[in-house]
Parts: sequence; C-alpha cells; structure tokens
Amino acid sequence: MHPAFSVIFLTTLIGAGQGLFLALFTAQSYAAFKLLPQPDAHAFYGQGSLLALALLAGGLAASFFHLGHPERAWRSAAMWRTSWLSREVIVLPAFMGAVFLYGLAHWLDWHPVLMTLPGGLPVDPTAILGVAGWVLAFALFICTAMIYACLKFLKEWHSPLTVINYILLGGASGFTLAAAFAAVTAPELVGFLAGWAAIITVLGLLGRSASLYRNARLKPTSTLQTAIGIKHPRIVQTTQGFMGGSFNTREFFHGRPVAVLRGVKWFFLLAVFPLPLLLLLSGMQGASGLLAAAFVVQYAGLLAERWFFFAQANHPQNLFYQSIA
Amino acid sequence: MTQLALVIDLNVCVGCHACVTSCKEWNTSGSAGPMGDQNPYGADPTGTFFNRVQTFEVGEFPNTETVHFPKSCLHCEDPPCVPVCPTGASYKRKEDGIVLVNYDKCIGCKYCSWACPYGAREFDEQQRVMKKCTLCVDRIYDTSMNEGDRKPSCVKACPTSARLFGDIHDPDSAVSIAIRESGGYPLMPEWGTHPANHYLPRRKTRIRIHLDELERADNPLKVDRQLPRPAMNEPTLDDVTTW
Repeated sequence: MHPAFSVIFLTTLIGAGQGLFLALFTAQSYAAFKLLPQPDAHAFYGQGSLLALALLAGGLAASFFHLGHPERAWRSAAMWRTSWLSREVIVLPAFMGAVFLYGLAHWLDWHPVLMTLPGGLPVDPTAILGVAGWVLAFALFICTAMIYACLKFLKEWHSPLTVINYILLGGASGFTLAAAFAAVTAPELVGFLAGWAAIITVLGLLGRSASLYRNARLKPTSTLQTAIGIKHPRIVQTTQGFMGGSFNTREFFHGRPVAVLRGVKWFFLLAVFPLPLLLLLSGMQGASGLLAAAFVVQYAGLLAERWFFFAQANHPQNLFYQSIA
Repeated sequence: MTQLALVIDLNVCVGCHACVTSCKEWNTSGSAGPMGDQNPYGADPTGTFFNRVQTFEVGEFPNTETVHFPKSCLHCEDPPCVPVCPTGASYKRKEDGIVLVNYDKCIGCKYCSWACPYGAREFDEQQRVMKKCTLCVDRIYDTSMNEGDRKPSCVKACPTSARLFGDIHDPDSAVSIAIRESGGYPLMPEWGTHPANHYLPRRKTRIRIHLDELERADNPLKVDRQLPRPAMNEPTLDDVTTW
C-alpha cells in the first residue's frame, strides 16, 4: 500500500495522545491508593490533559488531509454498525471530550466526593471521567487498529497482532511522553512513568517482532491464477491496459526499492525500541532532556514504523497491475 | 431477487478496448459528473475509468496463448467494499444487486478501495470521490431508449459479443445459461465475495479422428490403388454405376 502521511500522523499522534492520557490516569489511580505521592494536579493532570488533547486534535486535523471532501466528514459517523472507520470517527471526539472534561475537572479542582468505595476511598468526578476516558482510549485503539485488521485479504494486517501493536506502541509513546512531561511538572512521578514506559516499550518490541516474523512468512492467498481464473503455472501480464498511471497504480504501491523498505524497518526497530529504552533508563532520575529525547526519537521511529506498516501490506489488486507495455 | 451482472467470454474477447472507450464516453457524459482526466495530452496522462482491458500471456513459447481480460466492478453478492464505508455512500441495491456509490455522500476516504480485492474502484481526482462501474444504471432502465439499447454501454459496444448482460438469479436468462453450460467462473473465489460477474473460459475446438475414419468405409476389400487407374477417356466407376 502507498503510505499516506495524513494517516501516518493520525495514527501516531492519537496513539501518543491516548497513551499520555492512560499514563495520567494510571498515575492518578496509583496516587489515589497512596502508592504514589500526589502530584500538582493543575500542572500534571490539567496541563497533561491539555497536551494529550493537543496530540489528539493534531491527529484529527491530519486525518482531514486524507479526505477528498473534508467538508462532508460529519457524514462518516453514520455507518457505525458495520464500519470500524465510522466507529473511530465517533469514539475519537468522544474520547477528546472525556480528556477535556477530565483536564477541566482537575484544573478547576473539582473534587466533590460523589461516593465512597468500600475501603473508604472517595470517588470524585475526575475518577469517573478518568475511567470513562480509560475505556474510550482502549475503544479508540481497537477501532483504529480494526480499520486495518478487519481487511481479510490484506494478510499483513489481518491479525490480532495489529490491534495489540497499536495499543502497545501508542501506549509506549504516551508513557514516554508522560515521563518527559513529569520531569518538568511532577518530578516525583518520573521514575514510575519512565519505568512503565520502558516496560511497555519492551512489550511493544515483542509484539512488533511477532508481527514482522509472521508477515515475513505469509503466503499469498490470491495468485495470478485465481485472479484471472486460468489454471497454468506460468502466466505473465503483458499489459495492464493503459500506459499512464491510474489510481490503482498510485494507491496500492509504495514505489520504493526493497532496500528502502529494509532501511526503514531497521531504523524503526532501533528508534522505537532500544534507543528510547536506553534514554528512558538513563533519564529515570529526572533528566528532562534525556526523557524528552526519548520521546522525540521514539515518535520519529513510530512515523517510520507506521510508514513500514502500510508499505509492507501487499494488496491482491496489485496482481492486476504488473506490466505497462 | 434480481442480480444483474456481466458475463465476459474470454474465448471471443479480442482486446480491442471498445468497451473501455464506450464506457468512458457514456459515463463521462452523464448527470453524475465527468470521469476526470489529468494531463490527457501530456507525458504522463491519467484518469478515471470503470473498465479496463488487460492482456496476459499464458504458457511458455511456443505453447503460449494471449488472453485479453476485461476487468470492471464485479458487483459482488457479498461486497466487502460496502460495509466498510463510513458514510453509507457505498451501497448495494436490493432490487437489482448493483453496487453503487452515492457521489454526494462520498467523503473520498478511499477505504472502500482498500477493501476491494479486485481493484475495481478508482478515485476521481477531479470530483474527489470514489467511482466505479454502475452497470450503466442510467441506461438500463431508461424507457426513452429502444429496448435493445437498454444495456450497459460496454455490452453494446463489443464487436464480438464477448459481453453478456442479464440477471444471474434467473436460471433461464442468457447469462445463467452461459455460466452453467459454458463453464462460467468467478474471480478470486477464495475471498468469499461471490462476484456476480462471471467469466467464460477459453475453449478450443478440437476434432478427434480415428485411423479407421481415414479409410473408406465403402471399400471393404481394400482394393484402392490395386486396380489400374482408368485412362482419362475411359468411363470411371462413377459413370457406370448408380451406387
């Protein structure tokens, strides 16, 4: 497939935004159970939510560049019963709303006790909004990944690993960003967040390696024989029927040499996993520069990872477009 | 239920592209808007087509065969492109099974084209929406036309009658009979899309002659060539007998 930068930025930016929100609420939950010190709510939760919201809005804005008619984007909420894309279109703004209200509640110090948990733990609006946001964040990960994973003839994508990796890679970049952000606003949480970022990054390495391993061993289901229905071991296309390009030759081919693909793969394997891991572990004591570098390197790596994700997918329609002469 | 479809006979398609050009001509002139071309007279022309004719070579020289292969939307009975559409712009008509795009609802996200294993959909760069074969839905029901003209433009244009059009759910229709009796098959059956369009395979006309058929059945004594040939001015056997 041809990697579209609008979709690359959409999926990586909202992934980081979701991960950052999950990191904020994870820290809040630990703090509620007195497992972590209580950070400055204004700075950490309030501004952190704002940062997550900015990433989500950036992703949403990028997605509009993918559309032929962005002014009709509102129509895309219609078919949520059948279309994962439609579901994403509904869940993304809902999640953004939850993050906004969550951040606002923290910003306004709105902490009336709504109920008390059996252990005597007070539940305030930020906890309720946080749980709602937590559910929506995971729902959004699933919707985004299922857009790709549900296409059964794109075998590179049609796997539970696609969903797992979207969750892990989004989570890793979000927690790394949360660690870098905490270095400035809540230094007492840096170790906790950087530790989780490192763990999720390692899990992401496992998940992505598993999908690379799987994809390298895929056998195409469709062949030229099934595509045109002729039983013969040797069939070659002499012409695709036109000499200029068409949508089919632009949208479904990445058009790069194999060497570029291999280079991008090794770049992202380095930039998403070991390099940020090193930076996270060395910045665990609160070195904000190292942690910020960890996020920048990991995000750049994720752009390459997403590019590779699209480029590697081999669409069966390509069987019909192999020769110009 | 009705399922309109094309049946394309690969045995008689000569690859002349008449269906390609007549499709473009009809569908670029309709009320649904033009099928845009970019840079049509330049070095790298491109544009939207609903129908393409491709050519494949089967076998190895000298035992090769050239197969011309017209390719358009197959109007699948279980179209994977329809449920993925987020707006409902892509739909399959209940009454005749045609898969259509509502150009006024399409947001141009291209997701349906990803979901089509055949590459049947093309994004129109001018109108910024996804387009595909409509089976000339604006022709086949047009009562202002003669009944014989109420067929898709490609079918009308084909000089070898390689394209049949009809209802494949009606067992007595010409297309159903062709599929049933001439070995019609769907493309990429492995994805379970149940394409409505079918293709008829190449067929070779062969006659098998056995050795005994090379000998005259009315020559039981095998005396041919054993008697001297009559001279040119003598009567032949045909002249003296009435068989």
